[in-house]
This record gives sequence, C-alpha cells and structure tokens, in this order.
Amino acid sequence: MAPASPTTVGGGTGEASVERIDVEAVNSPAKRTLYKAREPIHPKRVHGKYRRLKWAIMALTLGVYYALPWLRWPRGVNEPNQAILIDFAGSRFYFFSIEIWPDELYYVTGLLILAALGLFLATALFGRIWCGYTCPQTVWTDLYIAVERWVEGDRNKRIKLASQPWTTDKVIKKISKHTLWILIGMATGGAWIFYFHDAPTIAAQFFKGQAPFSAYFYFALLTATTYVFAGSMREQICTYICPWPRIQAALTDADTLEVTYKSDRGEPRGAHKKGDSWEGRGDCVSCRACVAACPMGIDIRDGAQLECINCALCIDACDDIMARVGRPASLIGYDTDVNMVRRKAGMAQKYNFIRSRTILYSVAFVLVAAIMSWALITRATVNLHVIRDRTPPYVMLSDGSVRNAFTVKIINRGNIERHFQLDVDGPDETGVSVVGESVDGRSLELAVADDAIRSIRLFVTLPREAISAPSIPITIKVRDIRTGEEAATSTVFLSQGR
Amino acid sequence: MADNETDGGEIEIDDHSGVETTGHEWDGIKELNNPLPRWWLIVFYICVIWAVGYWVMMPAWPGITGYTKGLRNHSERQNVAAQITQLEEARAEATQQLVAAPSMEAIESDPALNQFALAAGASLFGDNCATCHGAGGQGFKGYPNLNDDAWIWGGALEDINKTITVGRRSTHPETTNTMMLAYGRQGILSRKQINDLTEYVLSLSGQTHDAAAAIRGAQEFAAQCTACHGADGTGNHALGAPNLSDAIWLYGGDRATIHETLWDGRGGVMPSWEARLSEAEIVALSVYVHSLGGGE
Ligand code: HEC
Ligand code: HEC
Repeated sequence: MAPASPTTVGGGTGEASVERIDVEAVNSPAKRTLYKAREPIHPKRVHGKYRRLKWAIMALTLGVYYALPWLRWPRGVNEPNQAILIDFAGSRFYFFSIEIWPDELYYVTGLLILAALGLFLATALFGRIWCGYTCPQTVWTDLYIAVERWVEGDRNKRIKLASQPWTTDKVIKKISKHTLWILIGMATGGAWIFYFHDAPTIAAQFFKGQAPFSAYFYFALLTATTYVFAGSMREQICTYICPWPRIQAALTDADTLEVTYKSDRGEPRGAHKKGDSWEGRGDCVSCRACVAACPMGIDIRDGAQLECINCALCIDACDDIMARVGRPASLIGYDTDVNMVRRKAGMAQKYNFIRSRTILYSVAFVLVAAIMSWALITRATVNLHVIRDRTPPYVMLSDGSVRNAFTVKIINRGNIERHFQLDVDGPDETGVSVVGESVDGRSLELAVADDAIRSIRLFVTLPREAISAPSIPITIKVRDIRTGEEAATSTVFLSQGR
Repeated sequence: MADNETDGGEIEIDDHSGVETTGHEWDGIKELNNPLPRWWLIVFYICVIWAVGYWVMMPAWPGITGYTKGLRNHSERQNVAAQITQLEEARAEATQQLVAAPSMEAIESDPALNQFALAAGASLFGDNCATCHGAGGQGFKGYPNLNDDAWIWGGALEDINKTITVGRRSTHPETTNTMMLAYGRQGILSRKQINDLTEYVLSLSGQTHDAAAAIRGAQEFAAQCTACHGADGTGNHALGAPNLSDAIWLYGGDRATIHETLWDGRGGVMPSWEARLSEAEIVALSVYVHSLGGGE
C-alpha cells in the first residue's frame, strides 16, 4: 500500500484545516470476495468522548480479569479462601459466598441464560455495544493496537514502516512490538490459570516449574490465542469466526440505536473550502477520517454492515472534523433507522425504547433472575440420594419376609461436620437396618463430615403379611439434628406382591 | 514419449480450461492434469517425513522372528504393565491395611477402610463372581443368592472368607465335600419313600402337603436325613446342608424340584480362589459379600 499523502480541504492561512486522508475501506462491500488474503488495517488514533469511555472500560475489564483471582474470601478452615475459584481437582466452583457442586451446575447454566438475555436486551436497545466495548476480542485488540501505536507511531508512520525495507530501526521496532504483545499474551494466559488454582500457590509453583502440566498448557494456549487473535487476526475473528454478528442482526430493529452515518445530513458529500456556502450540500466533507479510524477497515458511510462492531471510534473522528469545519457534531452518531426516515420526512426525532422485544427480553430476564435468586436463597445444604438395588430388586428372607436394599447418600454441602437423623416412613411393620450402625426403631443418627458425602447401605424389610401390593410407597428422610434442615426422597418398596 | 505428448512431442493443452491433459482419453473425454493443491502437497510431504521418523522411532516393520523395535523402544504391553504396577502402588497402603487389620469386623467399623474394601470388593465381584452369582449377587438356581439371610455355609465374615478361599466341593485340599446323595437313582430309597419324604420336606416349610404321606416321610427323614439336615431340618453350616424349613431354596421348594433333588442328588461346586486372588482381595470380597446380605 502506498503511504498516505495528506491533502488539505479548505484553504486560507491560519484557518482550521481538515486533512484529507488517502484511504480506502479495505473491507468495503464492493471489494469483498470470498477468498482473498488479508489486507492490513492501520487504524488512526482518535480523541474524544467515546475513546475516553473505551479507555475506561478497557481499564475496568482488564483490571477485573487480571486482579480478580487474587481477591481473598475467608470461608473457614478446610476451604479455599479465593473469592473466585474453579476447583477441578476438588470438583467445586467457588463464587464469593456461593459454593457449587458439580451436580448444581444448573446455577451456572442459569447465569449463562441471564447473560444471554442481558445481551439480547442490550443489543435490542443499543446495537452491538457488547462487540464495541466489552468483547475480549475488541478489548485486547484495542490494547494491542495501542501498543503498536506506541512503538511504531500512528497510522502514517506505521504504513511507512510496513513498506520500508528491513532497516535496523524497523527490526528493533518490530521486535519490541512483538515482545510487548507476547508479554501481554503471557500475562493473559497466566491470569487464566489463577482462576483454576489457588493463585498465590500456583504462581509460586509456576515459576519453580512445579505446577501441573495443565497449567503450563493453558498458559501457552491462552498466550498463543491472545497473541494471534489480537495481534494478527483481529477483525478476521469478528467477520469470519464469531457467530454473534450473524445472530445479533435478528435482535435489532429499526428502533435500535446503532453507530450510523446520518446520510440525510451528510449527503451530497464533497470537499468543502473554508468560506464556501453549506447551502445545497451535505455536511460530509469526504475527509475519510472515519475510514482511517476504523479498526475493521470499513467505510461507515456505506451503511449498516456485518463487519461494523459499533466501536464508535468513527464518531470521535468525525466529531473532531465537524468541530473544525464549524458544523454541528454527530454527523456519525448513535442513531436509529426510524429517526433517519423521520428526519428526511421533516418530522421530529423519536426514541422508542419500550417495544415488544425489549419488554419481552426484560420480562424474561427478570423472570430468570427471580428464579435463580429464589433457587440460590432456598438452596439446600443437605441432599439425599437414594439408589435402590436393581439386581435383585428385592430379596426373600428365610422367614418369608421381603427386604429391599438401598444405597443412601447423604450430601453435606455445609462447611462443618453435621449430625443427621435418618427416618424411614412406611407401613407400621417396616423394619430398618444398616450394616455397622445401630438402628433405633426406624431411625438412626449419622455423622457426615464437612463438605462430604456419606454413603450407607440401608435395608428395609416388610413381613409377608404387611405386603399389600407389589409396590408400596416409602419415604426416606434426613434431618439436621441441630438446625432442623430436612431432605426427603420418596421411593417404593418392591416385592412380587402377596 | 509420455502419454500426454502429441506426436510432435508437444504437451496437449485443453482449449477450454487452458490446463494440460494427462493424455488419458475415454470416449472423447480427456483427463485434465490439474496440479494438486499446494496445502495438500505440503501435508503429504510432511506425512512422508513423519512416516520415516516413525519407522525409526517406533515399532514398525514385521520380520520373520519379530519386528523392528524402534529407538523409543515403545511397547503398549509394557505400558499397561507399568500402569498396573502404578495402580497397585497407589493402592498399596490401603491394601496393606486390609491384610493388617486385626479382624474383618474392624475393617467394617472403620468407615474409610470399609469404603475402600466395598469399592474394591464390588469391582472384584463383577470381574470374578458375577458370572455365577449374578451382577448383584442375586443368584440363580443352584447358585445361591448372596443378598438374603439364608447361608448354606454360614454368613459370618469368617465363614464367607473360608468359602471364597478354599471353595466348596472344590479341588482345594481343605474344602468340604459333603454331598446330597442321589437317593432315588442310586436305589438307596424306593420311589414311594421318596414321595413320602417329598411331602415331609414340603411340610417343614409350611407348604401344602399330603399329611398322611408326610407322617410316613417324617420317620424316613429321622432315619436318613437328620445327620446332615438336623432333627428339625434347619440344616448345618459345617456340612453345607441347607435349611429345609425356611422360605429360601437353592434349587427350588416346589414338589417337583424337591423330588428331583432327592432322586438325583445335588452337589454344587463353588471354586477355590486362593490361587487366583490375593489375601487382601479375598478380604475385600468377604466384606463386600457380607454387606450385601446385611451381615450375620
Ligand atoms: C463357577 C461358578 C461360581 C463362581 C465363579 C463363584 N461361585 Fe460362589 N458359589 C458357587 C456355587 C455353585 C455355590 C453354592 C455351593 C453349594 O451348593 O453349596 C457358591 C457358593 C458361594 C458362597 C456361599 C453361600 C452360602 O450361602 O453359604 C459364597 C459366599 C460365594 N459363593 C461367594 C463367591 C464369590 C465371592 C465369588 C467370586 C470370587 C464366587 N462365589 C464365585 C458358584 C460359583
Ligand atoms: C450327607 C449329608 C446329607 C444327607 C444325609 C442329606 N442331605 Fe440333603 N443336602 C445335603 C447337602 C450338602 C445339600 C446341598 C447341596 C448343594 O449345595 O448343592 C443338600 C440339599 C438338599 C435339598 C435342596 C435344598 C434346596 O435349597 O434346594 C433338599 C430338599 C434336601 N437336601 C433334602 C434331603 C433329604 C430329604 C434327605 C434325606 C433323605 C437329605 N437331604 C439327606 C446334604 C445331605
């Protein structure tokens, strides 16, 4: 690509002049073919309120990602004190005061459903704000571009460097840039493993070479993906790999706020000289600042396109120009299709946030959130699993009575050892026994260690005359002797009948 | 001259596609000599290089008396053996505890050790015993149900351990060999005596029977059978003579099956496992079988 040759729009000395950039939208629809090599994009730096917002969001999201595993959360003696920990070895998921066992993964499913609904709602209201501000691909790419700009300079310098032969200066710049990129990648991969192990411990082990293989593996994997995705693949991830751009088109409508070039105001476009009248022409001065700023390599003036991640950098770029040529800001801005039509028809703008789809998403969101909170608040800390013997389902005893055997698992999700009273409810004649435990009538007391499962073999016997049917309902119950918390399971007593 | 050269030695080029042909022609249709895709070729060459490396490193070529071992000296058989050793090492401590425990009762009262014994016992049972006793030890005709409270040879831990170790009517020198004789077939008793005995045996467990025949059978029973089955027919663990007065039958408690037992005799064989399983494994199995039946 030839280096940009800035030309100037507008004349006169000492006047604010607008640089006209020689740039083509490398991803414009006209140039799109199915198979073609990637053309490098050199986004130009912009200044403005959206850029500031993006810096703030980047600091926040990256800060949370890198620092969160180091947050401590006291849980008691035998428990890890890491606020967020996905403990595969111990098969537990810790999230602040919540501790989830593998069989409670539906909480995580619920969380994912909530996240999806939240995303739907946000997309219906504000378009691709997820893509533009918070998606890791966007955030890390933005960071990588910032590093690139810091080392190699802004757009023009980078273009020049790219076309220049391999001088010492170029080699040094390229090496520094890639080193920095890899270091960021390593920090990213390194932070990842902290979520799966006690962070201080694994950090120490990691550097001494004592960490498990998986830690090194995922460190290397995440380092590589970060480096490749944010360093060289960038917009290709969004346009070719990510399914979200395809899905989100179904979530937006004519009332959705999206980053839009307001063609009603901008057209007909053309170069403008200082002092010329603005009558009979649009505000767009064809400076292409928006194209130069675009990290996706598109021209926003071509209208809504799949490639546009709504990062809003073109808004800042254009506002800057508008200020300089003395026209109102927001020629490119958050706008809706409806308003574009209304303005053209000379009607006042109208924002319609309450629409059937936003109501639907909100209701679904609130509903799922309510169910989740209810489930979490009423979450049992004791569970009972009763598994009956199948071979044989029942056994005839020497006196003619029938016995059913059950494997009973008492799950203590609490962080202290607890004592439970186990009861079997059934016909009056029901007899209960447990190998190695003494049973008082039909109930017995069992201690279950903290955060553990105790498994016992329970025998339930009915004399022949008490057997009224081939299947008699019985209930097995446990009750925490101290707190009174209960869990019960209904099952049946099987026999061949009378 | 190659296939695709014309008489003049020119390579034929297809007019339509501009690609040279291979010179192969079928009914006027010519095969184009399109080059292979470059990525395919690269992968192909990598595979070739890989294969050569593989021959050198791994077992590859069969010979007359063996095969080339390769520099890595890789052997799946060795790996499996190593894994088994590793597993045994991992289990060594608990296994050692099973053997060292003062008694099997002590194992049962230690929750952790009991859990280990039950887990080990369950898997050993599936591998060695389920073929005859059923997956859950439910048994079949002639193969006792190990879940009930009726034991032929005794249901205490020690008895079960002995049954597994030396077997019953097995080839082990210490095994017990008492048999249920073939009273009819061998002509020890007449058909009528056997019919009477059948009625008496039915009466022992409270089933419907011919009372007059049973009274005659009772005398026969006192003469012939009490030595092994006891005066009241409740059996004898030491001789492996089952209890005839309960609801549980090894072969069957109906008239026809009892008659068959008396006529043809019985003598089920429980093999000895001493030579096939380790002491610890037999202990684990004993604890497991004991837990199935609820313990005696
Ligand atoms: C080849 C078939 C076979 C296999 C395999 C076998 N058994 Fe047996 N087992 C028998 C038979 C038959 C009897 C009944 C012997 C009799 O008639 O007294 C028996 C009896 C027993 C008894 C005594 C039951 C009682 O009521 O006293 C126990 C205990 C037992 N087996 C356990 C085992 C265990 C444990 C294994 C696995 C290591 C095993 N068996 C494998 C056939 C087998
Ligand atoms: C030498 C000892 C001995 C004598 C005597 C003896 N039995 Fe037995 N009986 C056994 C043994 C041992 C078995 C179990 C066979 C087996 O486990 O396969 C048995 C099994 C039986 C069974 C089958 C039980 C079942 O659960 O299916 C019946 C019925 C029986 N005996 C009846 C008799 C009668 C009636 C007599 C007298 C005529 C008699 N026995 C004499 C040893 C004896």
